[in-house]
Amino acid sequence: MDGSIAQTKLVEITGCRQSYHKDSSSDLLVLDDVNLTLHTGEIVGLLGRSGSGKSTLLRIVSGLLTPTAGSVKWRGKDLHGPADGVAMVFQSFALFPWLTVDENVELGLEAQGVPKAEREKRAEAAIDLIGLGGYESAYPKELSGGMRQRVGLARALVVHPDLLLMDEPFSALDVLTAETLRTDLVELWSEGKLPIKSILMVTHNIEEAVLMCDRILVFSSNPGRVASELAVPLPHPRNRNEPAFRQLVDDIYALMTRRPVVHASAVPTPSAEAGFATPLAPVSTNLMAGLIEALAQAPYDGKADLPALAAVLQLEADELLPMGEALQLLRLGELADGDLHLTEAGMAFAHADTDGRKDIFAAALRAHVPLVAAIRRTLDERWNHRASAVRFRDELEDHMSPDYAEDTLRTAIAWGRYAELFSYDEEAAQFSLEDIDTTG
Amino acid sequence: MSKPIPASLTAARRLPNVWDVLAAACVLAGLIALVRVSPATFQPLDAPQATVVTLDPYNLPVYALRTTMRMFAALFASLVFTFTVAPLAAKSRRAGLVLIPILDILQSVPILGFLTFTTAFFMSLFPGKVAGLELAAIFAVFTSQAWNMAFSMYQSLTTLPADLVEATRAYRLSGWQRFWKLEVPFAMPGLVWNMMLSMSGGWFFVVASEAISLGDQNWKLPGIGSYVSTALDQRSMTAIWWAILAMFVVILAYDQLLFRPLVAWSAKFRVELTAGAVGEDPWVLKLLRRTRVLQLAGDWLSGVFARLGAMRLQSASKPDKAPRAPSRFGDALFFLAAGLVTAAALLAIFDYVTSHDVGWSDLLETFVLGLFTMVRVFVMIALATLLWVPIGVYIGLRPDWARRVQVVVQFAAAFPANLFFPIFVILIVKFHGSSDIWLTPLMILGTQWYILFNVIAGASAFPGDLLEASKNFHVGGWLWWRRVIIPGILPYFITGAITASGGSWNAAIVAEVASWGDSKLVAHGLGSYIARATEEGNFAHVVLGVAMMSAFVLFFNKVLWRPLYAYSTRRLTL
Repeated sequence: MDGSIAQTKLVEITGCRQSYHKDSSSDLLVLDDVNLTLHTGEIVGLLGRSGSGKSTLLRIVSGLLTPTAGSVKWRGKDLHGPADGVAMVFQSFALFPWLTVDENVELGLEAQGVPKAEREKRAEAAIDLIGLGGYESAYPKELSGGMRQRVGLARALVVHPDLLLMDEPFSALDVLTAETLRTDLVELWSEGKLPIKSILMVTHNIEEAVLMCDRILVFSSNPGRVASELAVPLPHPRNRNEPAFRQLVDDIYALMTRRPVVHASAVPTPSAEAGFATPLAPVSTNLMAGLIEALAQAPYDGKADLPALAAVLQLEADELLPMGEALQLLRLGELADGDLHLTEAGMAFAHADTDGRKDIFAAALRAHVPLVAAIRRTLDERWNHRASAVRFRDELEDHMSPDYAEDTLRTAIAWGRYAELFSYDEEAAQFSLEDIDTTG
Repeated sequence: MSKPIPASLTAARRLPNVWDVLAAACVLAGLIALVRVSPATFQPLDAPQATVVTLDPYNLPVYALRTTMRMFAALFASLVFTFTVAPLAAKSRRAGLVLIPILDILQSVPILGFLTFTTAFFMSLFPGKVAGLELAAIFAVFTSQAWNMAFSMYQSLTTLPADLVEATRAYRLSGWQRFWKLEVPFAMPGLVWNMMLSMSGGWFFVVASEAISLGDQNWKLPGIGSYVSTALDQRSMTAIWWAILAMFVVILAYDQLLFRPLVAWSAKFRVELTAGAVGEDPWVLKLLRRTRVLQLAGDWLSGVFARLGAMRLQSASKPDKAPRAPSRFGDALFFLAAGLVTAAALLAIFDYVTSHDVGWSDLLETFVLGLFTMVRVFVMIALATLLWVPIGVYIGLRPDWARRVQVVVQFAAAFPANLFFPIFVILIVKFHGSSDIWLTPLMILGTQWYILFNVIAGASAFPGDLLEASKNFHVGGWLWWRRVIIPGILPYFITGAITASGGSWNAAIVAEVASWGDSKLVAHGLGSYIARATEEGNFAHVVLGVAMMSAFVLFFNKVLWRPLYAYSTRRLTL
């Protein structure tokens, strides 16, 4: 749908901020200063890691959520409450289990008060279009995941929305099913068979974004911002193996690994409070060790191209990137220009035995993760070598949302336990030095 | 739905069969036997100071304590019953065939109707001693708790995860070790939940069972229940308020010290690897877990249990237990015995009926009265539904409200509603209201909370994405109720309505008859029939009334509630 006549603005968002308000302390930002304009005739992708606020932005566009600040214009008018002419497709399908395929599809029309005869006609058209013919009287639980998402699509299309919103619509499906649905949808779109004017989709899958979208907004996390925007000038249907396609994917990987490098260049202040509240992504030590081992071996010998590595390890970008960032945080690895390579410490880790690994990991934690260092220091100082986890959680919550605080603390606990820097009693929510060798 | 379902629903998959006939006959014959062994005339009780109840509020703490002790004695008995009967029914095919239908029917027998006979029975065991009365009261509470606890455990034991069973066999745990390492922990969340439900119901029965009158005989066992009954006789409103206050304190203590810690503690036995959103530990549990001294005590106790559970007791379980073909001879013997017992039970019933001239007219009378009570129950459930479903949905969709309200509702459900009866009675007497209409709300006073509680739980568990979808598609008004929320909460609502209706039938026996000093209010119904027959000492009519009420309850469970529940869980969940 390139070169469409008289592109009109459907959505215009300016200076949008969304904050999570914590009772006492300052606001915690989910989205900060986001601008987005959506025209008719385009598929726009919001690409970013989990927790970058892209789903929040989608809900703001749909009117389900009102932003803390900034303006949202829908067809030129300010938006209040759920927007007319916007239909949403959910990651979890959000089908009503007690309604048949037919009833699910007709729900939106019923809400609009469309007469029964017309409802049935339009539902049938949508069901046929999306390839669900013959399943009208089935209940969602009788359908496979792919068929369920087709119901979700039909339900959205039947109300003839101007804008179709899709929240990671294929991420709950297996690889083959997802691919079939993607190509079906793109085909219908480029043939002009869909009764919609524009699509806005959220995804964390880089290839999916390049495959489907005309324009991609790459989000950075914490707070969510639009880090960069790029157009995809390739005609549909697109071929994943084409050099231009691969190049775009590589570029996006590079874009997404750029930010942490800036972050890491800050002078490390081991004892300062400043680094204490760095959010830690929940990456297990097993995964890290596995990644380091894979990187240390041939054919990588300590350095790998991220898209290729992701393909070999069968990981998606938003799974691989947190692992790489964790390595970077611990100075065991470095991310740059879409590559991940091991540092000397990382190589040493790869070749060490179990105890040696724990020593290297412990040293890295104490030097580069202020939270873990602080926990251990507190335990050393206390006469009974015990400390409550609640205290640390409260301190973290002053700087981040409770979810992040929980994740961060959990990660710190898991890493510290692996490194044998402290023990943790889950039931009492207490750190201690029981069974820990404190001589080293 | 992480909340364990009440045991009364778990038999949903069981279709009525020939074993139900056997069970029904046995239960009925058992009741008749109980009546038969009860002494025909009651000897006065000669231990005066032991059964004197005064209205002095200073005595209330002691009364409250005695009531509470009875509760716990009954709970202990129920646990013993559960831990013996449930494993037996689960492990022996033959025992299961008989025990499960019997438990199922016992669940539906209105206990209050039989209070008098159990009292008489225990009195005859301990003539002239208070112990008989005490045991009778404890037994009444036991009968309100034991069945569904045993059911819940049976259910857990028959749905053990296959991989864990294989693991216990692979590591060659003995039967005893397996019981304590796998079966009991696995059954724990369901058991604790059902225990708490029945404890809540138990307060009602312990209060009702402390003051028993039969013919001219009046027995009062020191406790809150008899205190209230004395207050009724003496028309003392202040005493009733004192009793309500005392009960309030007792239930609060029970809720904070036992209920909440136990439920939180049992969550650790859930077989889920993902850490669910578990609420914060109640303060008592925190205290137990954080305090050094209490922790040591706890460690010692769990050490004792661990050693007990680790004993082998049997020689190692046979390495390869190939399922033996059931012995034909054993089966034949068993079926023969079952047939004989059924025949004997039927004969006993026939004999009793013919010798006590209970005719067709009596049967018809109780049936019609049963219909009256049934209408009452249904109208009350319908009214409670109209009132509490919208409120419950409103609260349930607001998580921060829901958490706070649930605590209050659980508390209200545990509070014995019979303590509030006098207030209603006074109002009816004062305004000369019709007993047939105005006594009716008493039936649901204590049980309506189950409806509210479950609706709130259902609405809080309603998936957020479905709510978003309905908003996105502008579904509102009546369409929203019809298509979105009502189907979503239906399984929860039915769970609550079953509990509420079962409880209301039982409550009819004390709610259809009320007195205030000399004024006596009676509503027409099966409950008042049983109450009157009890007072007149007409055992045959009591047996008939109780049997008829059980039949009504059973019928509605089998024909209405369970199919509805099975349908709603099948159709309305993903």
